[in-house]
Formats: sequence, structure tokens, C-alpha cells
Amino acid sequence: MNSEVAAFFSPGDFLAILPEMVIAGMACLLLLVDIAVPRTKKCVVPALAVLSVAVAAWFSYELAGSGVSAFSGMFVLDGYSDFFKLIFYIVAVFAILVSLRYIRTEEIDLGEYYVLLLFSLSGMMIMASGTDLLTIYLGLELASLPVYALVGFLQKSRKSNEAAMKYIILGAFSSAILLYGISLIYGLTGTTQLAAISAALVTGDVNGPLFTLAVIMLVAGFGFKVAGFPFHMWAPDAYEGAPTPITAFMAAGPKAAAFAVIMRVFLEGLYPAYDSWQMAIAAVAVGSMVVGNITAILQTSIKRMLAFSSVGHAGYALLGLVAGSEEGMASVMFYLFVYAFMNLGIFGIVIMMRKDSQSGDQISHYTGLGKSNRLTALAMLIFLFSLAGIPPTAGFIAKFYVFMALINKGMVGLAVIAALMSAVAAYYYIRIVMLMYMREPEKEFALASSRGLLCVLIIALAAVVALGVYPGYFIDLARYAAFPL
Amino acid sequence: MILVWAVVIPLLGGLAAWLSGRLGSAFPRWVSLSALALDLVLLLTLLDGGPAGSRWLAEIRIEWIPVIGAGIHLAADGLSLALALLTAFLGMAAVAASWSGIRERTGFFHLCLMSVIAGVMGAFLSLDLLLFYVFWELMLVPMFFMVAVWGREGRYRAALRFFIFTQAGSLLMLASILGLYFVHGTETGRYSFDYADLLGTPMGLATEFWLMLGFLAAFAVKLPAIPFHTWLPEAHSEAPTGGSVVLAGLLLKTGAYGMIRFLFPLFPDAAATIAPVVHVLAVVGIIYGAVLALGQTDLKRLIAYTSISHMGFVLLGIFAWEGLALNGALVLMVCHGASTGALFIIAGAVEERTHTLDIGRMGGFWSSAPKMGGAALFFALASLGLPGLGNFIGEFLVLLGSFRVNAAAAVFAALGLIASAVYSLWIIQKVFHGPAPPEAGIADIGGREAATLASMAAVLLWLGLFPGPFFERTGIGTAASMPTGSEIEREAVTGVAGRIGREKSGRPPGLARHGAGEGPEEMRGRQQGK
Repeated sequence: MNSEVAAFFSPGDFLAILPEMVIAGMACLLLLVDIAVPRTKKCVVPALAVLSVAVAAWFSYELAGSGVSAFSGMFVLDGYSDFFKLIFYIVAVFAILVSLRYIRTEEIDLGEYYVLLLFSLSGMMIMASGTDLLTIYLGLELASLPVYALVGFLQKSRKSNEAAMKYIILGAFSSAILLYGISLIYGLTGTTQLAAISAALVTGDVNGPLFTLAVIMLVAGFGFKVAGFPFHMWAPDAYEGAPTPITAFMAAGPKAAAFAVIMRVFLEGLYPAYDSWQMAIAAVAVGSMVVGNITAILQTSIKRMLAFSSVGHAGYALLGLVAGSEEGMASVMFYLFVYAFMNLGIFGIVIMMRKDSQSGDQISHYTGLGKSNRLTALAMLIFLFSLAGIPPTAGFIAKFYVFMALINKGMVGLAVIAALMSAVAAYYYIRIVMLMYMREPEKEFALASSRGLLCVLIIALAAVVALGVYPGYFIDLARYAAFPL
Repeated sequence: MILVWAVVIPLLGGLAAWLSGRLGSAFPRWVSLSALALDLVLLLTLLDGGPAGSRWLAEIRIEWIPVIGAGIHLAADGLSLALALLTAFLGMAAVAASWSGIRERTGFFHLCLMSVIAGVMGAFLSLDLLLFYVFWELMLVPMFFMVAVWGREGRYRAALRFFIFTQAGSLLMLASILGLYFVHGTETGRYSFDYADLLGTPMGLATEFWLMLGFLAAFAVKLPAIPFHTWLPEAHSEAPTGGSVVLAGLLLKTGAYGMIRFLFPLFPDAAATIAPVVHVLAVVGIIYGAVLALGQTDLKRLIAYTSISHMGFVLLGIFAWEGLALNGALVLMVCHGASTGALFIIAGAVEERTHTLDIGRMGGFWSSAPKMGGAALFFALASLGLPGLGNFIGEFLVLLGSFRVNAAAAVFAALGLIASAVYSLWIIQKVFHGPAPPEAGIADIGGREAATLASMAAVLLWLGLFPGPFFERTGIGTAASMPTGSEIEREAVTGVAGRIGREKSGRPPGLARHGAGEGPEEMRGRQQGK
């Protein structure tokens, strides 16, 4: 931590950000490649994108466990960041694979699509590793800006344009709030480094109304990024309007990155002031679970329903943060890991339903799927049950682990609310299952499957079942990766 | 290892049945039937007795999620084994009962059926609370499907209601499981979901009481106890026949089993505190179920309400927590599985032939289907508690045992027997005697139905006439988690006066934590003495 005295940069610093550089560099390169390759060979771009993620993942693997702190303590490589990067790599590759056919169907088959995804990925990676409020903000913006563009990628769709507009305005607004919060923290503690903030909170007397205001602003800014109540208003519109693979990506990737940052900021930087932020986060968590799950019941569009369900899931995950323990942190990490699989899985099926003139985005479109397409319906069923948290799927273990962390800290009330809200959530997930299995299909289903999509579905399905039946290894990994408090 | 196979075989059988469904609709039936038969045979080998000195006939521990102290811990004692055997047996009956009724998607149906059976089997055998919870939930989802896909007109509502009720109950149980886990962890420093570790966790009475309530919620919904019973009549009557058999015969028993295995041993003092309240609920259930059964016009609904009444006896027997009553409850569980299962099969057979379950449109079937009438009469008599059949032994022991603990409850519960005689005979009179409707005349039962019903009748006769061997086997386990024999003896000697004295001292009668294994012998001695 005393690297401030050393030279500002050292060559080792660049080694630490090698994976980020690979991704960002390849993104720039792909812009050129996209121009160079003829229209008929467009699959080169996504292939290279996947390859660059693989290379970055390999570098991350090689660097894992080194525990390097680079750029004067603004950037760190620890087990925590490695775990989140693993989630991001998976989400990014999945998002690319499920997009392949979809963007051709929607006639938005542009190389920039993948480039933007990669840029967003690099931002997410910086978020996971940032240990300074400024690095974190930098990563946050780098992750968000490409997503704003991607949400509006369906140029011809007014819904998509509207969604992008709403998202970008509200996003900019929340960034401003976040920055204001950061500046207040800086003013109070004289630093933006999380470790130094923590130290300042321990020694100095900073608990005043101004500090409370700063905490509220940070909660609001981050609450927006994870779409927690009452900062979730943008989510349904953005999720519904965006191209479906982007919706899946947003719900699993940038959201997980935002959680990585929240936990880093609140559990490392502001941990000494645990008492002052715990209630605020708990309120957001409970509100998200209640509003997300109850509103989801009323939806007719599957993407909107999943948007509200994702608000609810953010609530569950935030509960792990409220617990404020290493176990709570590990539970959130495991939750996000599992959520990445079930979320991409279910969106994969929604994407499959989009073919030619069939939009497949209404819940009623799934009527009778169980009779005409057994395997697809079975996969959907398993993802839905996992989202509802019914054993023996991974979703159950994830929720269970969060409950465990809560009850361990004596927060039984919150655990009971969460349990009751899971019962509510079960209702609307089951409703889709009933539609699929209990009604006759109204018409023939045309499914737009592709090799990439099937690959994602099979892996996600295997992961959801395997993590549910035998979660030991990954729980261990999450516990190991959680940073000590 | 047998225990692992006992759970895995139904699952694998279900998958095989599902896959074989493509070859033809007869395949899943045979695959399921043979898988269950294999399971039954495997479990029967356990009757030889376990390793000396162990309270378990068989036990196995496999590592699962070591970081949080959850393991795959399966074990069977007499109690588990009796219910596991019942599971395999009624599973076969359910397959036979769906033989001709399920024509659509037979593969998927058998996958659901076999998964429910695997879940029930797992619940009866697992001694790790997390694993128990997983199995507890495993039975829920496929059962939901069986009702919702192959049920009758009202299936949509019935399935959803069943799901929400049981899910809410089990989530509360999950909260309690976690609570117990942490209470135990903080007290002893050892975090574990294992039953053996959690037994005798030191905790304050208030904590114990709240944790117990979570378990009670889940078990009372499943059993079901009044006022959590409203899902049952609908689910039972809307389910396909095979589903009704499994629901009434097996799923309800998991609630009772949970109380005997987990609720009392883990929270003895809290359970004793709430016992008087539960006695009242049980008696209300007995009478309420019986009275409502009288008012039903739908044959399956009628049988469903009788289940509520019978499960009231089981509940009373368990919460008396007294040697005789407990054994009575266990016999009654097995016999209710067989007799009510058989009645559902008969109701299903009638429905298959007449396409109605409206009792008003039935009558005079005896002349055209005497064999079916005879079988129905037999099981109706079993259900009303005719001496010589197993249900009588069960109800009698429950009343005898609970009379010592709560005389008033036993007296009122006995009133339920009168009502049960009325509704049982009413079924026979309305359906098989009386004036025949115009299109009267139905085909009699065939060989498959006859074989199923005969085997169920054999169980009832065996338990009714010669229950000794049953108690000898199952008593081992029940006694070990039950008051010691000497306690019961003392109870008998000191009688009511002694009971009042001990109530004052804070610990109600018959509530010793540990057993000495001498229970069954003494109990049988006393039975013969009567």
C-alpha cells in the first residue's frame, strides 16, 4: 500500500492489467477487421471476439493468486476480482454466442455490436479490480456507455430507441449522483482509496449528516446500476426494448460488476461505518424483493417479467451484503455466478422463440410449448425452477446460501421476508410452466436454434443442475475468493 | 449402499420410463413397475436386521457440501423402513392404477410419478436436514405436474393451491432448519446439518419454540392438520387416480414422519408445550373431516375428507408422544395408505367406467360388478375401523395411548369413529346398492385391478390379525426415539396423579429424550396383557 512513494507507474502494473488490455485492444482491432472482411465472412468478428475473451481468460488464469496491487493501489488482482472476472468471461462469451443468429434475424448484423460488448467487458473487469473510487467510476462508465448504445441497437424499433434514451438519461443522472457521493467521501476523508477511506473512518470522526448524505448518494448511484428499488424504473423499459441478447447480458454482466463494486466499496471502504449503511441497503433489498416480485406477477411480456424478476433477484443478492460478513460476501458471489447461468439460459430460450415474424416476447406465446417442443420446454422448466429457487437446482442453493449468511448474523426477519417473497416469485414462474404444459399449442412453433445458442443452453443447463446437486466446489471457491473483512 | 440405491432406482427408473415412452405407451408402465419391484426387494433385504449395537438397520454417509457441514447421510430404522416399504408398495399400486387411465404422455407421467416416489423415499431415509429438505421439495414439483397435467377440470387451481401451500410451509421449515443449524453452531462451534449432531442442541425454550413452529408449519400442511387442510380435498379429487394414491398414501405420511423423526426429538420441550393445542386441532380434524365427508357428492372428494379425519388420529397419536399411541399412529399410517389408496383406485375404476364421480349418478353397481362391490365393502370396513383389519389396531392404540395423556381428546376422537362408520357405509350404500340409474351396469374389475386390491387387502389383514412381527421390526426404531419403556411403566403405575405432578415439574409425561431400546418388548407384553 505504500506504493505512493514509489514511481507512479511500474512495468509490473501493465502486467497486472494485461487481460483488460487484451480485451480493449482487441475491441479496437476488431473495428478495423470488421471493415476489412467482406460481408459474407462476417462470422470472423464474433469468432475473434470469443478468441480474445479466451486469451484474456488465460492471462487471468496465469495471473490468478498473485495478489498484485498496481497503479499505486488503484487496481488489485485478488481472488475476489478473479472470481468476478470468471463470471464476466462466461457472460460475455455466452452473450456473443446467443447473438449470432439473433442479430441476423433483426438485421443489425454489424461488427460494432461485438466491439461494444468487448468494451463493456473491459469496463466490467476494471470495476472488479478497482480499489479506488476513481478507478471504479472509470470502469463503471466504460462498462455502461457501450451498453447504452447496445440497448438502442435495433435502429428501426421505436421501443429500442426509447429504451436507450431512457437508459442513457437516467444512467447519466445516476452517475452524477454517484460522483457527488464520491466527492463527498473525498471531502470527508481526504482520499479516494478504499483502504485509506476505511482507515480514515476508523481513526477520524466522520460520522455526521454529511457522511450520511454521501452514503445515501452512493447507495442511490449503485442502486441504479443493479436496478434495485426504488432506482429500478429504467430496468423494465430498457430490458424490454433492448435486443434480447443484450438484455441477457445486462442482467447478468454489468449487474454482477456493479455488485462487485458495491461489495468492494461498502465492505472494504465503508466497512467501519457498517451501522450507518446497513439499514439503507436493507431497505433497498427488501423493496426490490417486494416490488420486483409482486410487479412481475402482473406482466404479460416475458422480457418485462424477467426484468422485474431480476429486480427481485438483485434484492436477494443485496441481502448477502446486508449480512456484512465474509460468508455474506461469498453468498452474493455464488448467487451471481449461478444467476449468470440461469439468466442466460432462460434468455437463450426467449431468443430461440424469436424467428421471422414470430416475436416470442409475450408470455402467452409459450402456451403449449411443452406439447410441441419437449426438450426446449424441459430446459425452460429447469431454468424457471432454478430462478424460483426450487431444489435440486442451483437457484435453490444460491438463495439458501444467502439465507444462511443472514440467519448467521441473526437477521431472521429479513430471511423470513426473503423466504415469503420466494413463494410469491414461485407463483409467476410456475404460471409460465403451467402455460407450457397445461394448454394446447395455438400454432406450430418455429424455433430459431443455432449451434452457438444450443451450446449455451446445454452448458447453462448442465451448470444449473450440477451446481444444484453438487455445489461444494464453487461455494468453496467463492469463500476462498471473498476478501477478508 | 442399499439406501442410496433405494432412492436412485426410482429416479433412474423414471428417466428410463420417460425415454422408453417413445417406443410405446406400454413401456413406461413396465419399466416403472419393475424398477419399483426391484426397490421393494432391495428394501426387504434390510429386514434381516442391522449391525449389532447400532440403532440403524443400515446407514451411509457420503460427503456432499463439506464447507457448510451438509452431507449425504441416509439411514433406516424400523420406522423409516416401514414407510419406505410402503412407498415402494404403493408406488407399484399407483403405477397399476394408472395403467389404463393415463393415455396421454405416459412417459412423462411416469417420470413425474417416479420422481415423487424418489422424493418420498429420500425424505423417509435422509438424516441430514438439508438433504431432507431437498427431497421434501423434490416430491413437490412432479406432484404438482401430475395434478396439473393429468388432472380433472379443476386441476389448474388445485395444483397451484397445492404448490403454494406446501411451498410456503416448506420455506418456513427451511428457515427453521437454518436457525437450528446456527443455534447449534454457535453453541458447540460445530456447524452441521446432521441429525445426529443436532439432537439435543442446547437452546432456550423460546428459541426452541420458534424453531419448532417452522417445522410444524411444513409438517402440518403436508399432513394436513386443520386449518391447513384446504389444499387437500381439491388436490386429491382433481388428481388422476395414480396421483391420488400417491398423495393420500405417501405424501401425507411424510408430514407425520417428519413429526416423529425430527420435530419431537429435536425440540422435545417445545413440542410438549404446544401438544395440548395440537390435540385440539387433531380432534377437530377428526370430527370436521368426518362430518364434511358426509356432505360430499363427489366420490373422490369424499374419500379425501376421510383422509383428513384419519390423519387427525395420526396427529393425535404422535402428539400424545406415548409408546402405544406412537406405534398406533405408525400402523395407522401404513393401513391408511393401503385402505385409502385402495378406495381411490376403486373410485378411479368407477370413474373410468362411468365418466363421473358424482355419487348422485351412481347406484346399484353391485349387481353388475360384484367383485368391485366386495372390494369396496372390504376397504370401507377397514376405513371405519373394523376389528380384524389393520386400521382398527392403529386407531385403537392411538386412543388407548392418548387417553392416558389427554383423556378428553381421546373421548372426543372416539366420536369420530361413529361418523366414520356412517360415511363408510354410506359410500357402499349409495354407490353399490340402491336404485340403479338408467344407464346402470358397469364392467367388473379385471385381473390387474383385482391383483392390486388383493395385495392391499392382504396388508390390512396381516396388520389386523397378526401385527406382532410388524411391531417387532418397527418398534426398534420408534422406541429409540421414544420414551423409555420404564417411563411408560411408571406412567401406567402412577396414573393420572403422577401425570399432574410431573406436569407441574415442567416436563409432561412420556418425554424422555433418549430411549433404551427395551420399549418394544415391554410394549408387546402389555398389549398381550390387555
